[in-house]
Formats: sequence, structure tokens, C-alpha cells
Amino acid sequence: MTTVFDPGAAATEATDAILRDTLHGTARGVVVDSPPGAGKSTLVVRAALELADAGRPLMVVAQTNAQVDDLVLRLAEKNPELPVGRLHSSDADPYDKALDDLPNVRKSAKAGDLSGLAVVISTAAKWAHVKVDEPWRHAIVDEAYQMRSDSLLAVAGLFERALFVGDPGQLDPFSIVGSEQWAGLSYDPSASAVTTLLAHNPELPQHRLPVSWRLPASAAPLVSDAFYPYTPFRSGTGHGDRRLSFAVPSDGSGPDRVIDEAAESGWGLLELPARHTPRTDPEAVRAVATVVRRLLDRGGAATSERSPDAAPLTADRIAVGTAHRDQAASVRAALTELGVTDVTVDTANRLQGREYDVTVVLHPLSGRPDATAFHLETGRLCVLASRHRHACIVVCRAGVSDLLDDYPSTEPVQLGTLVKFPDGWEANHAVLARLAEHRVGWRPG
Amino acid sequence: MSLISTLARLEAVSTGRAQPAATVRHRRLSERPLVFVPLTTAGEAGAPLGALVGTDRDAPHLLVVPQPRDRDLRFTFLSELADVVLPYIDAYAVDVEAAERNETDPETGKRVKVEVELCANAPQLIVPSRAGIDFVRLLGRSMRFRRTAEQDPETPYPAPPRVPLLGRWLTHFAERARVPGSSLLLAMTDVLARHWATGQSTLEDQHLGALLAWIDPPGGETGAEAALRAELARDRDGQLLCPPAGPATDPAFDNKLLAPAIERYDRARTALAAAEDGLQADDRLGDLTTAEREIRALVASRTRPTWDAVWRGLDRLRELPEASRVEERWTRDRWSFTGHRDRVLAGEPPQPRRDDAVTAANKLAAREREQARLEAQEALDDPLVMAGRRLSGEAFAGEVTEVVMAYSEGKRPSPRPLVTVRTDDRPHLGERAKVFRSLGGKPQSAEFVGYEGDPEDGSALIVLRVLDKMGRGKEPEEGSVPEKGDELCFTLFEHEQRGGAKLPDPEQTPWTHGGPPGEQVPEAADALTEEDVL
Amino acid sequence: MPPPRTRGTALRHRLAELRGPDVPAKALDARALAALAANPGCRRRAILDGAGVNKAALASALGSPSAFGQSQFALTRGNAFEAKVKADGGAELLRLVHEKLDRTAEPPAHARVPELTATGPEGRTARTALALREATEAPGEWTLLDHPMLALDVAGSPAFLEPDAVVVHPDGSWTVVEIKSFPMLDGSADAAKVGAAARQSAVYVLALEQVAARLNPAPRVRHRVLLVCPKDFSNHPTASAVDVRKQRAVTARQLARLTRIEDIADTLPDGTCFSPELPAAELTAAVESVPATYAPECLSACELAFHCRARSRASDAVTSLGRSVRAELGDLTTVEGVLSAARGESGDPDDPAVAALRRAARLRAEALGREAVTACR
Repeated sequence: MTTVFDPGAAATEATDAILRDTLHGTARGVVVDSPPGAGKSTLVVRAALELADAGRPLMVVAQTNAQVDDLVLRLAEKNPELPVGRLHSSDADPYDKALDDLPNVRKSAKAGDLSGLAVVISTAAKWAHVKVDEPWRHAIVDEAYQMRSDSLLAVAGLFERALFVGDPGQLDPFSIVGSEQWAGLSYDPSASAVTTLLAHNPELPQHRLPVSWRLPASAAPLVSDAFYPYTPFRSGTGHGDRRLSFAVPSDGSGPDRVIDEAAESGWGLLELPARHTPRTDPEAVRAVATVVRRLLDRGGAATSERSPDAAPLTADRIAVGTAHRDQAASVRAALTELGVTDVTVDTANRLQGREYDVTVVLHPLSGRPDATAFHLETGRLCVLASRHRHACIVVCRAGVSDLLDDYPSTEPVQLGTLVKFPDGWEANHAVLARLAEHRVGWRPG
Repeated sequence: MSLISTLARLEAVSTGRAQPAATVRHRRLSERPLVFVPLTTAGEAGAPLGALVGTDRDAPHLLVVPQPRDRDLRFTFLSELADVVLPYIDAYAVDVEAAERNETDPETGKRVKVEVELCANAPQLIVPSRAGIDFVRLLGRSMRFRRTAEQDPETPYPAPPRVPLLGRWLTHFAERARVPGSSLLLAMTDVLARHWATGQSTLEDQHLGALLAWIDPPGGETGAEAALRAELARDRDGQLLCPPAGPATDPAFDNKLLAPAIERYDRARTALAAAEDGLQADDRLGDLTTAEREIRALVASRTRPTWDAVWRGLDRLRELPEASRVEERWTRDRWSFTGHRDRVLAGEPPQPRRDDAVTAANKLAAREREQARLEAQEALDDPLVMAGRRLSGEAFAGEVTEVVMAYSEGKRPSPRPLVTVRTDDRPHLGERAKVFRSLGGKPQSAEFVGYEGDPEDGSALIVLRVLDKMGRGKEPEEGSVPEKGDELCFTLFEHEQRGGAKLPDPEQTPWTHGGPPGEQVPEAADALTEEDVL
Repeated sequence: MPPPRTRGTALRHRLAELRGPDVPAKALDARALAALAANPGCRRRAILDGAGVNKAALASALGSPSAFGQSQFALTRGNAFEAKVKADGGAELLRLVHEKLDRTAEPPAHARVPELTATGPEGRTARTALALREATEAPGEWTLLDHPMLALDVAGSPAFLEPDAVVVHPDGSWTVVEIKSFPMLDGSADAAKVGAAARQSAVYVLALEQVAARLNPAPRVRHRVLLVCPKDFSNHPTASAVDVRKQRAVTARQLARLTRIEDIADTLPDGTCFSPELPAAELTAAVESVPATYAPECLSACELAFHCRARSRASDAVTSLGRSVRAELGDLTTVEGVLSAARGESGDPDDPAVAALRRAARLRAEALGREAVTACR
């Protein structure tokens, strides 16, 4: 007998258990690991609404202003009546102007102005300056894996108990100075907030959202195996549930062939001839821009479980991901030359938490003469390879596999620290091996 | 490595001499630094073999441990070291000036200004290399928990009186050395490499002899030749002509010269102990003295070249004018020094083995702030550093081509002039990005409005709106607005650092970080064993 | 599946020729293997190590002697410490294994310490394998293997490895123990040295896994090894478990790639020989016939590094200044090539690497007052 995996039921079960522990459990903290596109935001909004319904004053801690504004908008969308406070900095333009249209959202730079509201939301940096006599009954800490331990230390006194939600596979927090002297300490200030929390409170309930609703069936197994080897997840959709098609047939060029390959299989590798290049490799940048241009020109249509009708693949459904800012700038310039303006082009750091139908990625190691720790960081590749609902096209110079072999990780080892898995070196190999199955070689004319 | 420093290194290769990596000196050099050149025993956890130490380049104190495994001899060494270092530190501790500091009033919880003492100057330790800083830290750790007979009459191996205090001071110096831009304890290789680019890799720059060979090659030689000699050349006995700057010694020295000398010393000591009468003892004492003198000569021969090299490095560094913001950072070093002086005077216990959660977080935050401060200040002080920031799109320089007066909206309009700058640089300016320029040493901020036109020569015209530092009136104060023809440099990074959030007191450590650490108990001394190396 | 016997024999023969007549092969120990895995792109190092050439002797014969050596103080202290750790039938060592890795097991009140002496490395390897099997088949007991010998197939020929100790737990699983004489001070140790120890232990783990695979059922080789070091400033042992899964994965992949040694050997001209007896000029030519990837990191890892550095500098390679130097130079690989491109004398101005270089050169000249100066204060 084989049991059929029912993604909807599995996700509901996980969510119910999380809400049960959050609302009725006795533990001071609940930790939720959420792989890419597993419905983290939905969970946060739902937990916030239920806590508010239960009459428990709630503070929400997010890491960036964009994340805070996004949460406020989502909360207001679900329950326009809910009194929400947006605590912001005293800088110019401290929050999204769209918040001004929401009647029940109060905005202030002073926490005192917002007291008594059901939910108050702000960044960790702003919360760190808030002082209270009476702590909040409950908190939700969003993107907790991207939060540093010292940042949690600064705000943890503000709440009695908390739900910690985040994606362990994305980019780790970092510090701009050495912190080796605290390596191995349970409260290493440069570690992630969750690492410290669990080191001191190993008994806290830990949950995992088991289903990615974003990643298609073609992508979930690879992303799960390569980046979440000990905490696997599944795709919420089956192989036949999503389809990407193009009205205009291929012209036989490399970009068109890789588009067709990706439409068919979910992955495409456009491989340029091996060459050492500076980061803003003009040929690779042009190839990325050409792929985007052709995606738009060929009248793409995306069919998914969301609607029976195919949705046109428009510029806002496509994103380009790079490792460095200057690469993103070069791609933007190349796209402008080709008359493309509305496609998002950003670095992995800024693409965290976002979602598109098709992504075009300039491989972080393409054309590099060496592989540094920055380029091997697992989170970077994980973010780039997990933003898409339909297909991901990677543009890369040949020879990255050999480059990886020539630069194995020979990192120093700090006693007492948990080994971070997966290893960037191995994950890179895994992704390359898979991409090689969908390779289209191309020598730009 | 930025392309500018890569180019400097390649130019060094091509010219055979180190090239400037800075146009001014970014670290404070005391007029009377204490130079410390230690050696350690291979295979032991920081068992000193000897050192040259002192403030007079022509008359260093030579301290030697003729048998590094002998606890009493090690204590003698540490005691002698304390006799040199502590008076040097004390001289700075007594010379104070009045200063003000913000403190939280324990009664009202408000921030109030308190009159305190600030040491007018601070001591400065200089070691040859980064490994020397680690060794200072190790020595500090090994001494600060030791007990003297006065503290604990029962302790089996009491340390000489001032040794634990020296341990606390060395610990403080080593911890301060982790703060970016501080100058209390400097490694000569780091400071030299900050100011010159050599024709070798950063790894090879860790060798003081090779580094100096590039910066200051002896007559007629290229840096590469001189550096190679410093690294590898040996005499007929197989000994390096330029001994390693320590604290580790060359194995060939250990095996060929030091080990036999220590063996002779041991034999002489055993013989002396076995002497049967005074006459014999006198003879054998003579042998022992000879053996000891031999080891002293060996240690001197391995440390003296490094000692001279450190002073030569200081000479070269002093030729560079001090950067203007170094004084401000040095004042922070003085505060740090004064703070530790006060803790010692107040009878506080030695620094714990490990920081608690709050202390660790505070230190990390302070160091990140100091790193950002250092990067900004070095760029503002030094056009060569700024050139690197301009190349990476974090700053731009150019001529003001147009100034148009404009005002803010609202009841009391303030000046918000629009300034157009022509630049060949390519800053990464996002929408409404903030930029800063230095106006009388203070940052004036402006906002990126947009690019104007499309000059044919490849330069860009950047329009900025000046936001502040123009006075309170409707019309800007004299000299506060750029004028046409001014050559200006704007940065995308801030010039000054904001203070971080206040963390809870250690007693208030939250449950996420293990809760309060509990009653402070004085740290126990290290367990003592018969075969301890320190 | 092992390669056909004849092929292996042919390779061994060829490698012996490369060493030179009557030059014994230098054993590849775990330290060398771990170092090999740290710069796997270097074909010169791969073939010399694979053929068992004594690189220190070769470097001296080439006129660029290596600067490696060990102080007898360190040696004495290391040996004394290891003896102390293993005294009393390894009681202290087993106590540490129990405390750090296997607390739920019965404490090791007494343990078996099988005799492992035998003739020759093959004999000792066989003796070790036998002792491991017997220990695994004796459940509920602790067994300490003091200096066992393991064989690992490296590029078609066996490398013999001698871990400090291997412990068989009561549940039949195996642990590698590595004893080092650098201190653990307040619970932490030099991270670079721990990293090197972890890579070295990973090689032992791989070799043990090959032994285990021949048993049925195959016992578990633990991926957390025990690193034993002196505590603080004493010579008392303390220990820490080190997870070597990453190092094991990397080393396994690198070793698999090492089979290319025969490919490298095939590219060498007939009669190539690295015997230190040969005249320097001839040796230099032989060494030059196989390419190296020199980087400054080699200086602390490879006996031949000073020779390779001299060649790298002589060929004007920018990488002699460090690998990271190349990151923004694109196709440009020589010092003069970069400088002339920066001066505008060569290079395609549309190449972004060349354009960036020229901007850098202009900004640098300006800042140094070599051309027009822009006030920037």
C-alpha cells in the first residue's frame, strides 16, 4: 500500500499544530522553519490575527522596513478593522506611503503613541530602542534566522513569549568585524537568533512547514536535497499542475532553446564558453538580458493551480538575480538598451522573500578565477534558485565545476560550534550536476 | 582586494619598491612607545623563552628563561617583565585631566553629566607581528588568575607580587587591540602593511623582515631580492640571517643551538646541586653562569634584529604626517586606558575567562561601530583611501557647475539649494539617496535629485539638494552652500556613527539568552600541576 | 570496482620510474593527503605526491630548499603528551571518548587494547582489520586500538595511514581519535589547527569506512571524531568532539579525482625523472614539464613552494601576489600585462576589466598628486 501525499492536508496539520502551541502551549517560545514559499507570511498573518482575537497584546519584530510594511498591508487586507500600530524610525520617509490609506493603522516614531493597539509592528532595530514597564504578552519574530543573536538580546525583554518564524536556508546574518572570540559560546552575538534561542532552550517545540507552494514539482526536490538535507520538504503541486508555454516558436538561438528547455523541465542552463572575466562579464550580462527580452517577446503564458486560465508572462512576473550589486546594475543597463524596463533586477540579499514566475540567474561563480567563501555561501545560491513558480534559467560560463573542485572548503574549525549544513561547496556541486542535465551551450555571435 | 591596491602591489613588483597605500599615517604613534619582542618555546602553550623590552631603542632590557620548563625561572621572567611594563603604565595613569562623561543617574534613571578624570595620555605597546599580539593575550590570560602569597597564603606555587596585575593589563591591551582603529597595542607588520603595498602577497607581508625589505630595501637591492634574503638566507651553520620576528623560533635554531645550550645549562645545574663542598660549588656556579650567559646571548641574537627592525619601521612611519582624525580615535584609547585603570584601582576582579552574553554583544556592537568609523575617517583623511571608495561607487568628486537657490515648503521655508556636480566617478546612487560632504569637519547632508543631461565626455552631471548645516534663518549662512567652481567630494556613507541601542544589564539577561548569569563569583585560578608550563 | 590489475601494475611501474632508480617511495600520510586535497588543482603536486617523490629532497636539489622543520622541543612535548593520554591502558582517553561522544554507553571501566604489531605496513594493516573485526563482534566492550594502520587506495596504490588511536564503542561503532599538542584554552583552540586536524581525521574516517564496508553487517564509523589536546596551560588532556562530515565529503571527492594521476603521467615526456640525484637544470626541466598552480598559501603547505614561487614570479604571474588579486582582472594574468593595460598601452577599452583598471589608475594617480589633484577633504 502506498500513501498518497496530500500537500494541503500536511500543510494544514502543521499550521494547526503551530497555532495550537502558540495559542495554548506552555512553552515560552515556538520555532517554525519555513522553506522557500511554504506560506510563512500567511502563517505570520494568521497567527497575528488569532492572537489579537484572543485579546493578547502582540508585538511583531521583522528585520527590514519593507518586511514590516508588507506585513502591515497583509494584516489590513485580512482584517481592515484590526487596530494596528506601525512603529517607525524618525528618518525621512520611514514607511511605505501606502500605509497612509489604511484607516486603522496608526503610525508613530514613539511606542507610547501606539499603546493599547492590538498589534504593533516594527523592525528589530527600532524595537531595540523601546523601553516598557510591562512586557507584551506575546511576540512574533519574523525572519528569525536572518536576525542576529545580539539583536534578539536587545528586544527579548519586551515580550513574555514568542513565535519565531524563518527560513534556515537563506543568507545567514553577518558581522563586519571578527567575532571568533565568542565562537562556541551558546550566546555568540554574531550567531543567528534561533541558534542562541535553541541552545538555551532546547526543549522548545520546533515545527516545520512541509510544503512549498511556490516551487514547482521540478524544483522542490533539488532545492530540498541541496539546501535542506536534514529537513526535507515537498512541492504543493504536481508535475502536471503548472505549465509554461510560448506563442512564438523558438528561433533556434541559444536563448530561445534554453527558454524552451526551462519551460519543459523547470530548469535551464545557458552555458557560455569558458573564460575568466571580471564580475560584470559583458557577454554573460548580454546573455541574461537577451533571455529576458526573448521571454517577453515570445508571448509566454503561465498556467497554474491558481486559475484555470493561462496568465500572460509579463515583465512583473520575471526577475533577474545576481550575486553583486554592480552585476545587477550592468544587467539593468543592458535591459534598458533592449527596451526592457519593468523587470526586477537585484542581488540575492534583496530578492529574499520574493516570488516570480520565471527567474533568470547569473551564476555567482560564472567566469570567476577563484571561488571565495562569499560566492560559496549556500544561502546565496539557495535564494537565487528558489524564487520561481515555473522555471529558473541560469546563465553561466563553462568550467565552474572544475573551479569548485580546485577550491574545496578548507575553512578553519571553531570548537563547539554547530557545523552549518549544507556545505556551500557540496550544494553548489549538487545544483550544477542537476543544471548540467538542462544545458544549452551557446557562443554569442 | 580593491583594484587600486592591486595596482599598487603590481607597481611595487615592477619598480622593486613598496608603493604608498596611504598618504598620511592612520595610527597614533606614541613619542615613547614600549617595544616588546617576545620569544616562546616551541610546543608549549605560551611558555616564554625570553624577550627584549623597553622604551630606549639603544638599551633594551633582555629577559631570558634559561630553562623554560622551570616554574621558578618563568616566574622570575614574568616578575622582571612586570618591573619594566608596570612602571611604564603607571607613569601614564597618574597624569590626568578633567573631563565629562554621560552617566545614568542610579536614582532618577536620567542621563547626567559627571565630572571624571581622563588620563592625559596613554601608554602604547608595540610588538613585531600579529602573532605577538596573540602572545600578549596568552601571557595576560596565563597570569591574571594567578594567586600571590599575599592573596592566598595556601597557594602551592605563589606568583610574584605584581604578576597577576601585569596579566590584567596585558589582557586589557590585547582586548583593546581587537577594536578597529585603536592604537594601544599595535603589531608593526599590520601598521606597515596598512601604509605600504609591497610586491608580495598579504601572507608574505606577515614576515616583518620581508615587509621592511620592500619598504626600505638596503642600497642597490630590489625589494624582491632583499625580501628573499630576509626569508631564507642562512649562515654557514644553517641559521637564518634574519630570524623570525617571533614569538616562534626557527626549528633549526632550536635544534642546533638552543637545545644543546639548555642541555649544558641543565647539566651545570645538576652538577651544582650535587656539589660536595664550597670550593666545588664555586667552580660549578661559574659553569652555570657561563651556561646561562650563553643562553642569554642566543636569545639576544634572535631578538635584536627584530628589535631593530621594529624601530626602523617606526622611523619610516613617523615620516608620514599623522591623519587629522587619529587624535579623536586616540582619545577613545585614552578613555579605554583610564577605564581599566579605574577598575584596577576600585579593586575589581580580573577580567573573566569568557564574556557574558551582554558584554559580548556590547563589545561586538562597539567594534562594528568603530570599524565603520575607521573606514569613514580614513577615507576623509586620505585622498588615496577616498580614491578606493570612489572607484567602488561609494563616493564621488567633481566640480560644482551650478547652484540654484530653492526652499522647502511649509510655514517657515528653509534653504534647500540645488547643486549640480560634474564628476567622472560612477557612484551607485539610488532614488533619493543621501550623500555627505565634510564642511568644517562636520558632515553636511544632501539628497540625490537626479542626473542632468548627458555630457559627451563620459562624465555625469549630478543634481543634489543640500539639506542641512545652513543655519536657522531663511537665507543660508555664509560659506554653508557650495559655490560654482568648488571642487567637492561627496560620500554615500555617513561620516559619524550613531550609538547603538542600549542592551539590558547583565542581571536582566532575557530567557532567550540563558537568563541572568547569577551571582558573580571570582574566577578560580587555573589548576596547578607539577608539570604546568606556565 | 578496482581497475584491472595490470593497469595498476603499469601505473606503479611508471611512478617508480618517475621517482628514479632505487629511490624509495615516500609514504603518503594523512597529513600529506589532507594537504593535497587543499590544493587539488595543482597537477605538479598531485603527480609528485602520487609517485611518492620526496619533495623536500627535490626542493633542495632544485636549489630552493623548503623552510619546514620541527623543533625538537615540540616533538618531545608532543610525544610526552600522547604517552600521558594513553597511559594506563588508555583509561583517560576512553573516559574522554565516553564523556564527549557516547555518554549513554556503559563507562569504560576496563577496555581491551589488542596487540597490533606485525611485519611491514601490509601486515599491520591486516592485523588492524582483524582487531577491528574482533572488537566489533564483542558487543558491550570498549576497545582501544593504539596506532592502528589503515590502507587507503590513492590513485591506484595504497597509502598507509596511522591514526593516533581508534576506539570501538560497546555498540560496535568506531571513532577516530586525534591527539594534538596545541592547547585548548578555556574551551577553544586555534581554528586553523583544528581545521587541519579535522581534514586529517577525515582521511582516517574514509579509510576506516573501507575496512567497515568489508564487514557484514558493516559497523558505523562515527563522523564526529575526538580531538584531544592539553587543557589550558597544563599537560592534562581535555577533548572536544569535532564533526568532520564536511571535510569527509570534500576529501572523498578529491580522492576520487586523484585517479587522474595516470592521466598526468601520460602527458609527461618519456624518461621524465624527479630523482634528486639529477643535475639541477635537468630536474628543473622535469618539474617544469608538469604545470603547477602556485598561490602564496602553498608556502605553508608544500615543500616545493619556494621553487614554484620563483617560477611564478619569473613568469610575471599576478597570482604570485595572491589568488584574490585575479578576481577583477579578467583575462589579464601577467603583471606587465595589467600595468600596460592600466597605462592605456594595451587592452581593449571596452573590456570592463581594462576600463576599470584605467579608472583605478587614474584615481590612484590623482590621489598621489601625480596628476591633477581633486581636493577631497
